[in-house]
Amino acid sequence: MLKAMLGEAWQAMGANRLRSGLTMLGMVIGVGSVVLMLAIGQGAQYSVAQTISTMGSNLYIVISGSTSAGGLRSGSGGGPTLTIGDAEAIAELDGVANVAPVQQGTQQLVHGPNNWSATVVGTTPPYLDARAWTLQSGYPFSDSDVRAATRVALIGQTAADNLFPNEDPLGKTLRIRQSPFVIIGVLARKGQNLDGRDQDDTLLIPLTTAQRKVFGNPFPGSVRMIMVQATSAEAMPAVEASMVALLRQRHRLREGQDNDFYLRNLAAAADSAAETTRVMSLLLGAIASVSLLVGGIGIMNIMLVSVTERTREIGIRMAIGARQRDILAQFLFEALMISVAGCLIGLLIGVGGALLTNALTDMVIVISGTSVLVAFAVAAGIGIFFGYYPAHRAAALDPIEALRHQ
Amino acid sequence: MPEAVIRTVGLGKSYLTAAGSFPALKDVDLSIASGEFVAIMGPSGSGKSTFMNLLGCLDTPSSGDYFLVGRNVAHLARDELAALRNRCIGFVFQGFNLLPRMSLEDNVALPLVYAGCRREERRQRARRELARVGLADYAGARPNQISGGQQQRVAIARALVNSPQLILADEPTGNLDSHTSAEIMGLFADLNRQGISIVLVTHESDIAACAARQVRFRDGLLVSDEPTGKATAC
Ligand SMILES: Nc1ncnc2c1ncn2[C@@H]1O[C@H](COP(=O)(O)OP(=O)(O)O)[C@@H](O)[C@H]1O
Ligand SMILES: [Mg+2]
Repeated sequence: MLKAMLGEAWQAMGANRLRSGLTMLGMVIGVGSVVLMLAIGQGAQYSVAQTISTMGSNLYIVISGSTSAGGLRSGSGGGPTLTIGDAEAIAELDGVANVAPVQQGTQQLVHGPNNWSATVVGTTPPYLDARAWTLQSGYPFSDSDVRAATRVALIGQTAADNLFPNEDPLGKTLRIRQSPFVIIGVLARKGQNLDGRDQDDTLLIPLTTAQRKVFGNPFPGSVRMIMVQATSAEAMPAVEASMVALLRQRHRLREGQDNDFYLRNLAAAADSAAETTRVMSLLLGAIASVSLLVGGIGIMNIMLVSVTERTREIGIRMAIGARQRDILAQFLFEALMISVAGCLIGLLIGVGGALLTNALTDMVIVISGTSVLVAFAVAAGIGIFFGYYPAHRAAALDPIEALRHQ
Repeated sequence: MPEAVIRTVGLGKSYLTAAGSFPALKDVDLSIASGEFVAIMGPSGSGKSTFMNLLGCLDTPSSGDYFLVGRNVAHLARDELAALRNRCIGFVFQGFNLLPRMSLEDNVALPLVYAGCRREERRQRARRELARVGLADYAGARPNQISGGQQQRVAIARALVNSPQLILADEPTGNLDSHTSAEIMGLFADLNRQGISIVLVTHESDIAACAARQVRFRDGLLVSDEPTGKATAC
């Protein structure tokens, strides 16, 4: 019975090839664009998630703000209000995993005939964990390097490639403002951050060395920036509150007085970037779904025409014993066959298009099994949904009226 | 006396038209025994087709009862009627009503699809019925490749394929020339001799003469019911 019906549906499709083909085309385009758009959207989500994971999670940056002395305000970060002592105190708070004071800026790095400008970050060892840096070779600097202000450095891949084109930088010496630094470790590659900046174009050195030898700090013991990592996303609100309270107390700020520091929540920025791409991929999918809908309406249209054209056939079938559900099944089957065949071709084209996009552009494309399955299920659903009404009309025909139809 | 294949009691059918309810068939009492060959005659519009549609379970009566092989089917649901049409009744129409896209064999086998038969059985039985009407060699042909008389034979084979007790034919020779008509009537007579009851609508008296019994309608009323005096047809 099922096989007979499949065969008949196939025959009916074959009887009007051009029409079936054009109807199918609607589904092909619909499914193809949904699959392609989902692949692009998921690719974008994937690469943002990837980037976020390289930036370190649950991070706050505390930036020293304006000192207000006698009503005189200097600009943001003008005179550092934060101190190494602040950083040490924050590290004692509950829910804080890593704290690293940071002094950074762009500097010219020199090695032999090569020179290259990179972001030089003066910091302490917890910075590596907070920012999710790993070492490709060598070892990190230690607290004693910070205390002794030794001239050691960890170099990022981009800076290394440009300063040491054909050699291993480990153990080599480079110069910043005439001061020699020994490279004791090479950082593993991270890629761009969310703003599109190359994170690997960097050099990490001990904070004390940076302040004394590189940037020069007119306010000893102070620092422009403190990086704070919470133990978990859930801990962040509590950490933020206690951190603000602690700093206000340490800075002797009275009630009503503005904070003399700024707090930036990097996790929130990451979340909003992830959210943006999520919404974008949803939007892409939604737009593509419209074409799927149009394809479904095309099926309904053609099935209605087909039912009218074949009224007499329906009458004959009823006269020789077809029940209503037999007629219903026959036309549903035809609609389903068109939509599923269109879906299969659409899947091929969508996946092919995604692979082509991947090959021709540097866009990240993710084709997930779920998105393919969903496209397939949706297409089958559309076949049934848009095929049902015409099939129901066919099944509800009066046998005598149908037989009399010319 | 054997159970009647068909027994109608006060059968009536009214159609709803723009002008109101129109009684196309009024109060018909008729009994047809198993193995009978009955011709239904009457002028155009006298209600013959209306009556045949009721006999064939294609329609339900507005009043009265209809017993098909002893069972009152006047008030059955659509799908139950469909099952009866499939198993108990074979239809032959004036316009042949074959499905043009299908081979003759598939046309003949179609009632078996709805009866739920397996493919191999469908094939065998369809071929047997095609052979019975003399068209064994045309199993793979399409309806438009054969003549009208041959198409009507295929339609008869389709009517026979589910081994019904009753064949209903509404003007089966209306589209055929007199020579072919005679051939088709010969086929009906053969089937009748094999024990199948036949009810046939015609307005040609020489066609009606093949039947053993003639029933006349006028204005929706059964006006006469008499034997032709013929023991066997044609
Ligand atoms: N579906 C219908 N709606 C309204 N009137 C109908 C319908 N079918 C038949 N009739 C009317 O019923 C009468 C009997 O029709 P029918 O049984 O087809 O006659 P016959 O087959 O004897 O020529 C005619 O007057 C016809 O116009
Ligand atoms: Mg008629």
